[in-house]
Amino acid sequence: MAIKQLTVFVQNKRGSVVSVTDLLSQSGVDLRALSIAETQDLGILRLIVNDEKTAERVLTENGYLIKVIDVVGVKIADAPGKLTEALSVLDRADINVEYLYAFLARTERHAYLVLRVEDNAAAESVLSGAGFKLITDADISKL
Amino acid sequence: MAQNYYQKEIETMAPEEMRALQSEKLVRQVKHVYENVAYYRDLMDKKGVTPDDIHGIEDLHKLPFLSKADLRDAYPYGLLAKPLEDCVRIQSTSGTTGRRVVAFYTQKDIDLWEDCCARAITAAGGTKKDVCQVAYGYGLFTGGPGLNGGSHKVGCLTLPLSSGNTERQIQFMTDLGATILCCTPSYAAYIGESLKEMGYKPEDIPLKAGIFGAEPWTEEMRRGIEESLGIKAYDIYGLTETSGPGVAFECSEQTGMHVNEDHFYAEIIDPETGEVLPEGSKGELVFTSLDKEAFPLLRYRTRDICVLSRKKCSCGRTLVKMAKPMGRTDDMLIIRGVNVFPSQIETVLLNEGYQPNYQIVVDRVKNNDTFDVNVEMTPETFTDKVSDVVAMEKSLAGALKTMLGINPAVHLVPPKTIVRSEGKAVRVIDKRKLV
Ligand SMILES: [Zn+2]
Repeated sequence: MAIKQLTVFVQNKRGSVVSVTDLLSQSGVDLRALSIAETQDLGILRLIVNDEKTAERVLTENGYLIKVIDVVGVKIADAPGKLTEALSVLDRADINVEYLYAFLARTERHAYLVLRVEDNAAAESVLSGAGFKLITDADISKL
Repeated sequence: MAQNYYQKEIETMAPEEMRALQSEKLVRQVKHVYENVAYYRDLMDKKGVTPDDIHGIEDLHKLPFLSKADLRDAYPYGLLAKPLEDCVRIQSTSGTTGRRVVAFYTQKDIDLWEDCCARAITAAGGTKKDVCQVAYGYGLFTGGPGLNGGSHKVGCLTLPLSSGNTERQIQFMTDLGATILCCTPSYAAYIGESLKEMGYKPEDIPLKAGIFGAEPWTEEMRRGIEESLGIKAYDIYGLTETSGPGVAFECSEQTGMHVNEDHFYAEIIDPETGEVLPEGSKGELVFTSLDKEAFPLLRYRTRDICVLSRKKCSCGRTLVKMAKPMGRTDDMLIIRGVNVFPSQIETVLLNEGYQPNYQIVVDRVKNNDTFDVNVEMTPETFTDKVSDVVAMEKSLAGALKTMLGINPAVHLVPPKTIVRSEGKAVRVIDKRKLV
């Protein structure tokens, strides 16, 4: 059920992120979401793309350290309080969220939430139990 | 395990007796050198020391050092202490780093050197019943001739194969049932692989022990060789300047090498100040030949960094033990007053599961040394969580602190981002020298 997140290790210096996004756009890969975590020295880019296979190949060929992991994708109505509601559901089930980021679709009036948790299946089951719609890689590539 | 000694009286001598023996030999040796080696006499005169000032080992520190540079200056005959007509052989280094070292031997020098190698073979379990295959190079290199002579002295059947021609090595090894193999550790590993490729299992060959030296090797390599050949692998240390292999050798305990200190007196000094350091300190290894006639080097600085220990050894030998050298003084850095060797950092990285792809950056900010270690992240350890990366950096810094005694700032960096020059990674950037 989960969606694929591409994790890229870069140095925290000017141009690092642009080099990655440039490579992807030149290869025809569309970026759906991008989040950066950084320390003084390094950056960890987390990407959701429409074609994770191509993205992984292109970045690896260019010497990047890549890790593809499964994360939970949730569709939520673009309305106040919806994000809080999703998080409370997880919190009540004692599921710790390591990090999260959100993105909007171009056409629909919905937001999408990417959640990194320890146990994807557990998170997915409580979210869908609470009426949230989960998304898959197939959904992502159609966005 | 029952212990055999080649020269039990010496190898298990009480420490105070050994010291008396060394003292007596040193007094005699200093006279011999002073009278016959003008080069060293000049060094002693400059320091204001005469043979009369040397009454025993306790006076050794008064003598001047000899370095590789002295050997270069005095090439070829400047350090010779016997007439050439009394010499029977030379051995030589390859000369890959600067001018070659040529060492001279009288027949007595060769006898004592071969005794040292015989002690090593015996400590590895060798007796006259053994078949000893010597796959070190024969010729100018000391490896082949040294172990060959030692093997004769023990009374082994000696197979003088020299190095190379692996197929022939294996044929002799299997046909004649070699039980002891002497060669470089990398060649031993190669023979092990070749045997496996040819379909041999370790139990198919009668080999039981190996004596490996002449190049740096790790504990991991030792385990690999022991497994692939089904043997116990023993380390041996030596250098052409003092004689060759057999200056120090490993026993069944495999926790360091016993120095043949009745012939070679070992000191550890601070490579910066030349001061002699107490037992257990890490510093530069210095050897004094107590018996050599033709080429007797006094206080020769090996540039090897090492530690000496007089802890009791389970093999019963009382000879002082030296650890495997942990680096070269040439590579040493002094950071916040502490000696740091890149090889120590490499050891920690390998222990912690990293590749040895690293770079040390030292700088001085407001009169304080900064010490940064950049390490390339590996695909196995890469994670998407910053907290994990920070924890990994912290844990690695802790391991480095334990090894080095000072705290580095560790930075994990993407693969292949460490500056390379002509394909070789630049390991040390010392910006303090640029000021
Ligand atoms: Zn021992």
